Amino acid sequence: MNARRARRRTAAGPAVGRRWQDELIEREIPPGASVLDLGCGDGQLLERLAAGRKARGQGVEFDTDAVVRCMARGVPVLHADLDQGLQGFPDGSFDYVILEETLQTLHRPMAVLREMLRVGRRGIVSFPNFGHRRVRTDLVERGRMPVTGALPYRWHDTPNIHLFTLDDFLDWTRDHGVGIVRGYTQSEGAVRDLAEGDNLLAEEVLLVTEALPEEGKSPADADVADREGR
Amino acid sequence: MTTVADRYAPPDSPASVGWTEARTVRLASAESPLRLESGGSIGPVDVEYETYGELSARRDNAVLVAHALSGDAHAAGWDRNADATGRLWRARRPGWWDEMIGPGKPIDTRRFFVVCANVLGSCYGTTGPASLDPASGRPYGLRFPMITVGDWVQLQARLVDRLGIGRLHAVVGGSLGGQQALEWALAFPERVARCVVLAAAPRLSSQGVAFNAVGRYAIMNDPHFAGGDYYGAAPPRTGLAAARMLAHITYLSEEGMSSKFGRRLRKEGSAPDFGFGAEFEVESYLNHQGRGFVERFDANSYLYITRAMDYYDAAVRWGDGDLSRGCARIRSSVLVASFSSDWLYTPGHCKDFALAMCRAGRTVTYVEAPSRYGHDAFLVEKDRVGDLLRHFLAGPLGEVRP
Repeated sequence: MNARRARRRTAAGPAVGRRWQDELIEREIPPGASVLDLGCGDGQLLERLAAGRKARGQGVEFDTDAVVRCMARGVPVLHADLDQGLQGFPDGSFDYVILEETLQTLHRPMAVLREMLRVGRRGIVSFPNFGHRRVRTDLVERGRMPVTGALPYRWHDTPNIHLFTLDDFLDWTRDHGVGIVRGYTQSEGAVRDLAEGDNLLAEEVLLVTEALPEEGKSPADADVADREGR
Repeated sequence: MTTVADRYAPPDSPASVGWTEARTVRLASAESPLRLESGGSIGPVDVEYETYGELSARRDNAVLVAHALSGDAHAAGWDRNADATGRLWRARRPGWWDEMIGPGKPIDTRRFFVVCANVLGSCYGTTGPASLDPASGRPYGLRFPMITVGDWVQLQARLVDRLGIGRLHAVVGGSLGGQQALEWALAFPERVARCVVLAAAPRLSSQGVAFNAVGRYAIMNDPHFAGGDYYGAAPPRTGLAAARMLAHITYLSEEGMSSKFGRRLRKEGSAPDFGFGAEFEVESYLNHQGRGFVERFDANSYLYITRAMDYYDAAVRWGDGDLSRGCARIRSSVLVASFSSDWLYTPGHCKDFALAMCRAGRTVTYVEAPSRYGHDAFLVEKDRVGDLLRHFLAGPLGEVRP
């Protein structure tokens, strides 16, 4: 969950306080919205959302030092392990739940995704795309675990324990009645709208998601039915 | 080698608030007594308090520090009147939170006006069971009315009024002091900008209530207890010492005790005595704690204050059993900190408050600090607690939606 901080430390080039996702997220969040940032790191995004969008922000972070840095910014933060769940938060209690560069670091990513859409009306998810062509090249041609701009770690020091591709994620959304409201990708610093073929071309992805209404069926029910059907 | 001067900032140190003098103020009288949660009332009520730093012209920099079970108003600096008042231990060490309060310290007295008051029912200058009952002219003893955390906070609010402070920059407390900070945020939502609850939960666990019960049993069955009317005679030292020794066990963790004492014998290297004296280091430590405590604390006060600790339940008091309903009242920025090895107010119980805030649609900062010092960690983990306090007190206020 401290992937975001660690990444900023180790990524090549000068440390940037602002990531490509932040601007998109700031544009996505309407003024006065409530925002839960899961794996909020040192709270920079929530601080900006509070200042720029007058958002009511709550962070969740596992790293103790990052929690202290949140406090210094006046960002409320719950020191907790996301893998332990979000039981404290009622259904639909936030307009947006953000999972920025965090999903691939979790032990139970599916459970956290379900919680994200239970607690939030919309979920914003960003992740490195393991289907990107350079990742494939590293693995197929060099026979090595990929080390790229979006995946800067070596196999033994990575916080990323559940890597997946854009298409893997899109499969999950289809199987679980989750709609993609908007999508963006980043490749070599260029940010574009999500498009066909991005499973190969996108280094990183940001998706705005929401649970699709099903007649008489909540997404959680659909999930149970799905599992029972197997 | 560590000397006392190394461990504590001496009174002339730039990091010390220096020599302190307690003040006493009458906050309820016989004619206009303080109404109590238990249904009764009490008057007169005198409160002993200390202040450090200067109140700003806008009166917006006051930090109220609430003390725990055996604490007092002397939170920082060196008591000028230690000899005159017979509180001789104060000549040897500064106030109980001296590491946190002072110029440049986490609760920075160059910036904040710090207030700490002794709680009702205690024995350090505020009216308590040892005070004279105006009805009889004798000490109250067990005729002192039952007091609660809620009563303490009501009385503190009168003190804050008297000092001309409308809204507090922060209320800060650990353990039973943390419950007072929580009660402040619930009882006076508009008067508390920041609420800091360290190593404290919205209520004591049944295990905690049980330990308090055994402590009181020891006191009340001491042959010198005399129904609480032991003033002027030998006090129930044995019972009070036993209560304190027992409580001390709950303040340390198993791990902390093991690393501090292990199974070491006092006479290391020699054969055991095969007797019942204080053979083990840990026994000797507890004896020392018990002996020291009876010199400075009143047994009746111990009964009343542990009872207040038992009774406090923020959920029942403010939410009909649902803490999140109570939390909806809160307008303060809230910091809750727990310590991993605390088994008196466990991290899980402390987190209950933080999660109730979330359920109430409030924002909250919750930290579980790693520590092997058990419940004592809120006093021992100076760097970690200092870091939290410094940042939280200086930080901007989180967004609070009405």
